[in-house]
Amino acid sequence: MFTRRNLLLSGAAGAALAGLPAVALAEDMPGVTATEIKIGQTMPYSGPASAYGVIGRVEVAFVKMINEQGGINGRKINLISLDDGYSPPKAVEQIRRLAEQDKVAFIFQSLGTPSNVAIRSYLNEHKIPQLFVATGASLFGEPKQFPWTMGINPSYRTEAIIYGKYILANMPDAKIGVLYQNDSFGKDYIDGLKAALGDKAAKMIVKEASYEVSEPTVDSQVVTLQGSGANVFVIAATPKFAAQAVRKSADLGWKAERFLTNVSVAYPILKGAGLEKSKGLITAAYVKDPADPIWKDDPGYKAWAAFATKYMTASVITDGNAAYGYSVAQVLMQVLKQCGNDLSRANILKQAANLKDVKTAMFLPGVLVNTSPDNYFPIRTMQLQRFDGTRWVSFGKLLSD
Amino acid sequence: MSTFAHQFFSGLAMGGVYAILALALVMIYQATHLVNFAQGEMAMFATYMAWNMMDSGLPYWAAFGLTVVLSFAAGVIIERVIVRPFAKAPVLSMVIVFIGMVFIFNSVVGWIYGYEIKDFRSPFPEKAWFGNTLMSSHESGVIVVTFLVLALVYGFFRFTPLGLAMRAAAQNPASSRLVGIKVGWMLALGWGLAAAIGSIAGMMAAPVVYLDPNMMSSLLLYGFAAAVLGGIDNPWGAVAGGFIVGVMQNLVGAYLVGTQIQLSVALVIIIGVLVMKPSGLFGRVIVTRV
Repeated sequence: MFTRRNLLLSGAAGAALAGLPAVALAEDMPGVTATEIKIGQTMPYSGPASAYGVIGRVEVAFVKMINEQGGINGRKINLISLDDGYSPPKAVEQIRRLAEQDKVAFIFQSLGTPSNVAIRSYLNEHKIPQLFVATGASLFGEPKQFPWTMGINPSYRTEAIIYGKYILANMPDAKIGVLYQNDSFGKDYIDGLKAALGDKAAKMIVKEASYEVSEPTVDSQVVTLQGSGANVFVIAATPKFAAQAVRKSADLGWKAERFLTNVSVAYPILKGAGLEKSKGLITAAYVKDPADPIWKDDPGYKAWAAFATKYMTASVITDGNAAYGYSVAQVLMQVLKQCGNDLSRANILKQAANLKDVKTAMFLPGVLVNTSPDNYFPIRTMQLQRFDGTRWVSFGKLLSD
Repeated sequence: MSTFAHQFFSGLAMGGVYAILALALVMIYQATHLVNFAQGEMAMFATYMAWNMMDSGLPYWAAFGLTVVLSFAAGVIIERVIVRPFAKAPVLSMVIVFIGMVFIFNSVVGWIYGYEIKDFRSPFPEKAWFGNTLMSSHESGVIVVTFLVLALVYGFFRFTPLGLAMRAAAQNPASSRLVGIKVGWMLALGWGLAAAIGSIAGMMAAPVVYLDPNMMSSLLLYGFAAAVLGGIDNPWGAVAGGFIVGVMQNLVGAYLVGTQIQLSVALVIIIGVLVMKPSGLFGRVIVTRV
């Protein structure tokens, strides 16, 4: 029977229940004991992006190695890595579980733009650090709006600015055609190019053509761009469409300087487009390509290969994603070291935003990690590379945005 | 001018792929009066089989032939095992079965082969034919294959006793049974042929759009549009519809509205045509006597 009193009582009980996790979260150092710190992440171990799952596996293995060596400041690290299938609703569910049941200290390297957008408000509301999200979207470096969220990859915008600066310096009369995916990924490149070209943008960018991921091919867009008379072709496309664009531009006999987003530079993608047709492509890189023999005597590469052989399987050594995960795990260790014994969420965030010239094993020489309370883009330096038909060859100086 | 020609011919080549898929839909529609939403995913699965065979060393045309034969058998088996029990069920149950098959094929392939794109070889030479600078040899090849498939389908229905029996079974099952046609087997045959044609569409599309588990989802949409535009009971119409959709998609995007809404505009035009001619451009007008 519903009386007003019953309703009031049940309301009070509900409020008390809802208040419980909040109380737990408001403790001094959630997720931290004298011997352990708990960290959470979600990764696409299944589903369409499962190729990236290796990043999570490398990081879990890296933590195992650190624990065997005694942990950080006497504490063992417990990295709880859950599958989100690259699905935002599932990521939200898993992140809530990590925060409310496992009570992790913070979230590290959750992967994918859509999933990270989905969990960002929740984590910021509860003041849980969302560190080094694994995506290049420029959405994740806004300390004023989302102080608890920080990226790690150079943003797509940074990459586009670097292309723009190179074009401005070396081809001041260039006519640029841009192929871009019609979402925040593709539009970051348009933004970056316009920012770099400044008031010359309107004159230099002669044509922009977008595509939707639901389209079967981008051949028609490439024909349109060639027809615009452009002599520089910027390809801001995910792997399948990038391969189509590279191949079609070669088939058309279009003699343009072609820039390819570093999202789509993996060898199998270029092989799909045709290695001969991929010759001359330019990209910007920040991770050493572990498949490239040039690094075989590099101390960073040797450390990576030794780790991979001992803690994983030798077959991951040549996987660029895995090498990336190794380097980001090293950045995480630097943050934990800097924290000392104060592992409160506020201090973890403070130290993450106070990294100075951090070097890692598998980022390119000169690519250093730097953050400050108003710079949430840890990597802003990249190296231009040109594809010679078999591998990417670095040229020129490091460039910054 | 050359840009226009390039747009036109690259649209024509994609149109060829839509046309073959549309033919597969026409085939099933002729046999069962149903539209198979899983046609695309079945074709994708077949294309992976072909890729697997080539990867293990089989020459292209051997893998091609074997894939077509296996797809035919798979189509017959699917009809016998999965579709037959729903023969008397309402159409909506059938739709759910088709949608279920879409997801099953998609995830099974993703699970076996992964989601990265794979390079699929074209049977046609690298160099363009007859010094044709407007189309690659694969693009020209697709158009040739489209007409070959069309000729086969047309010839089959028009000139063979089996084709006649199939048409009869679809149009009037009761009378067909009386003259000794095995109607049940005709349905299975329709499924088998549709699956075989679909596999050809997959193998023609894969060198252009690359092989991945989601390659067919967008193609099938255009294949549908092509089939409906041309008239879903007419093979010639389906092929014409395919070419029209392919070319229109390119030209609308390049010259009319820009790429952002080219798909919407192409579909708006199709709906416009259907409003005037509900049975499609070349479809038969069906008069039902009440």
